[in-house]
Amino acid sequence: MTCTEFLAILDDLIDDSVAAQTRAEVELHLKKCGHCEVIFNTTRKTIEIYRCHEIYEMPEDLRDRLHAAIMARCKNGC
Amino acid sequence: MTTIQQIEGENEQHPDVALIERVRAGDISAYDTLVRKYERQIFRIAQHITQNREDAEDVMQDAFLKAYEKLDQFQGNSKFYTWLVRIAVNESLMRLRKRRTGKMVSIDEDLETEEGSVPRDLADWAPDPEQNYTQSELGEILEKTIKGLPPGFKVVFELRDVQGLSTEDTAEALGLSVPAVKSRLLRARLQLRERLSRYFKRKAGSKELASTEMRPAK
Repeated sequence: MTCTEFLAILDDLIDDSVAAQTRAEVELHLKKCGHCEVIFNTTRKTIEIYRCHEIYEMPEDLRDRLHAAIMARCKNGC
Repeated sequence: MTTIQQIEGENEQHPDVALIERVRAGDISAYDTLVRKYERQIFRIAQHITQNREDAEDVMQDAFLKAYEKLDQFQGNSKFYTWLVRIAVNESLMRLRKRRTGKMVSIDEDLETEEGSVPRDLADWAPDPEQNYTQSELGEILEKTIKGLPPGFKVVFELRDVQGLSTEDTAEALGLSVPAVKSRLLRARLQLRERLSRYFKRKAGSKELASTEMRPAK
């Protein structure tokens, strides 16, 4: 497997949707290629960090106010 | 046996369906439940596209009100949330258009960039690099990093990787093809990785990677 071939299936690898044989080929490639191993691990870490640390969180009071406004207008037929 | 499982699977109802039925029957509290369930996600999508707090607040309100008004048009062929996202994305793009004084804005814009499609920063990251920053510093880094991506990349990344929607549901919510979602997702992931590397890579003097070249295609 080449680095280009690895990059082409990176998303499927991250989403765990590759066949067992392809995964074995990837593991073999990663043992030999430190750069692809870094790309694989840091891309997975990128997703994990964004998933665990929510950005654009609304403060509770603002959420309550917006929520109340939506429901008031729905009750009045919008 | 397979047939029975398939039938059971087909009959399995998404919990939103029962709530929508109750709303249609006049039970407004069921809509309250739906709003609570999805308001934070819708706000984040609006914020990603508009990049403006006030606009995101307006979009969130307008999207839920529009969905309520049009609930009779909701066929149930798609999931309620994907239908709601589609409304929110359209509302967000309309806001953006207003701010840009009528200039056409679409989810497909700014996609010509080749940035990040080939990884350049190949340095390894520190272990648990996010722990070198306070919560607010990290929040700032994550926001700043994703801000520079085209809207079509940001929303695909948000829906697929942060909110955990399937590729198919993301495609439906955004009115894109499955290959288009996949292509945007890969580029969004690589661009974010590249940009985060600036903050998270090992400091000079710590363990260096063996210097191996990327192996090009044969």
